[in-house]
Amino acid sequence: MHIVVCIKQVPDSAQIRVHPVTNTIMRQGVPAIVNPYDLFALEEALRLKDKFGGRVTMLCMGPPQAEDALRKCISFGATDAILVTDRAFAGADTLATSYALTAAIRKIHAEQAVDLVFTGKQTIDGDTAQVGPGIAKRLGWNLLTYVSKINEVDLDGGTLTVERRAEGGVQRLQTKLPSLITMLEGTNEMRFATMDDMLRAARVPVRKWSKDDAGIEDITKIGLKGSPTIVSKVFAPKARSQRAEMQEVGDGIDVNDVCLNLLQKIFTTHPTLEQETVERLSA
Amino acid sequence: MSDAAKPSMAAAAAAGAAKTAGRSGRSTELPEHLKVYKGVWVFIEHDRGQVHSVSWELMGEARKLADKLGVDVCGVLLGGPSDKLEDYAREAYVYGADHCYIMRDPVLQGYRNEPFTKGLTDLVNKYQPEILLLGATTMGRDLAGSVATTLGTGLTADCTELNIDGRALAATRPTFGGSLLCTIMTLAYRPQMATMRPRTAAMPARDESRSGDIITMELGMVETDIVTKLLAFIPDATSNNINLAYADIIVTAGKGLKNADNCKLVWDLARVLGAEVGATRAVTQAGWLEAERQVGQTGKTVRPKLYIAAGVSGAIQHRVGMEASDVIVAINTDPNAPIFDFAHHGIVGNAMQVLPVLTAAFRSHLDKRIRKVA
Repeated sequence: MHIVVCIKQVPDSAQIRVHPVTNTIMRQGVPAIVNPYDLFALEEALRLKDKFGGRVTMLCMGPPQAEDALRKCISFGATDAILVTDRAFAGADTLATSYALTAAIRKIHAEQAVDLVFTGKQTIDGDTAQVGPGIAKRLGWNLLTYVSKINEVDLDGGTLTVERRAEGGVQRLQTKLPSLITMLEGTNEMRFATMDDMLRAARVPVRKWSKDDAGIEDITKIGLKGSPTIVSKVFAPKARSQRAEMQEVGDGIDVNDVCLNLLQKIFTTHPTLEQETVERLSA
Repeated sequence: MSDAAKPSMAAAAAAGAAKTAGRSGRSTELPEHLKVYKGVWVFIEHDRGQVHSVSWELMGEARKLADKLGVDVCGVLLGGPSDKLEDYAREAYVYGADHCYIMRDPVLQGYRNEPFTKGLTDLVNKYQPEILLLGATTMGRDLAGSVATTLGTGLTADCTELNIDGRALAATRPTFGGSLLCTIMTLAYRPQMATMRPRTAAMPARDESRSGDIITMELGMVETDIVTKLLAFIPDATSNNINLAYADIIVTAGKGLKNADNCKLVWDLARVLGAEVGATRAVTQAGWLEAERQVGQTGKTVRPKLYIAAGVSGAIQHRVGMEASDVIVAINTDPNAPIFDFAHHGIVGNAMQVLPVLTAAFRSHLDKRIRKVA
């Protein structure tokens, strides 16, 4: 079985700070990590590899330093890795990104036929959840988003049964290989890296593909030129004009009084809330 | 937008979009053949006999955009033989639509990516809207990404505000985990597509006097054309049906509660108020509460009437998911916690100490009222 897992190297958004004066992102000291959602895709791919044998090829588009993210994935047990990196990709939005990744997957597919492509459900920096569906459409492969469980893979029959998260329940879907799966978070737990894989991750060569290596001919489809969306403005969220009306709990202040006071204020600020709550609780 | 638009983002912020685009050699002019694209469309999401409220929230937004542009609002309904599409269309008019496109086919019974992508793409190519809006749900995001790629146009996900700038859609969304907002435009392609999360926009007012007309179109697919089969739909057990997005009151646990056991205090208050329990990312990551309860950029967007945040610092990633709440109450030991900058009422104190007292106060107050009603 040959599985391609697409990942992205992202800044750890929990540690991002915005400069209070210039409203720009302060990237210094913010660690770059493998997009956490992608790890659920990787673990699921590794489980299939454990079961069926074969290989897991990691694929990433990004700057040269994204190689670190790929090596991290090899340490968890992925077979090998390809970094698609080229200045011509700069400024790509999701449409241009899916174009470049699709070209690379076609190339990988030509080397050795691919059965499944995995992505995370979204990234933590862009949060768009658009690249996975984009790749599937471009490849013309079956798209399965927000997959919570892989029920069955029948390699001989070329079929696949999964559970997909929907609003208010899950859909059980059956489709054919090759397919693209975007994996839901919390569906599995990433394994620990073994010593062998960690050593392998340190020395295995990560293949670096330029746009030409990836077989991209139409440069109007990549980078800024291939991106229909334009970022017209970046700004910090507005502060509310008024700070909260504060009460303090401390020495000599009765917590009871503070809470009763708060209760009165809440019901005064929102006049219908009290009646509605009473009605809801009585029902 | 823009998973990888970071390099351009800083430049855009500094120089303004037009200049950046100009320098890159990228065209920002709308080609002549796309100028005929007119109208604002809303994909009306429905499943198992229910229209998702996000579709009506979007209808309200679409109405405002269309009025600025001087064009019509259209609802788009795809479904199978047993779906009550005409009934949904009547609801769409009440919420602001002028027309509805209906595509009915047995293969459209229950959502599947393949036939829905073809159906919506065909409708867009034939009737040419300038703006297409979808809910940022598991269905809407699956479909929007597929349709945008098929059409080769721009799509902006999870918008928090939609506006018109010139004649183009200006779609604002949080970026970098909510630390900043950015406005995205699709200038040289049509339609301009955007998704919005449930509860980001308010429900529009109903106008029962409104009506509209229906335009139908055939899908032209048969079941044997479609590879993926829907074997079953397994509804979530009602016991763990967490309807955070549409809760009237939410009590949220933050890291300040120190441990999983103290989350019980939040549950106690929630029970007294008939509220849902929410959580910050730190709390769900620590496993104190289920991931479905997370409020914020990577969780749910909520707009309850009352939001009580206990031990929540108010990081921007959390704020973007709850700041539309009518009344925000914060309890935190740190008087300088960012949450007090956007809460309405604040208590500087230990949530573990305050919560039980607040719960008792609400219980006694509401019990009296309930007895009066009874």
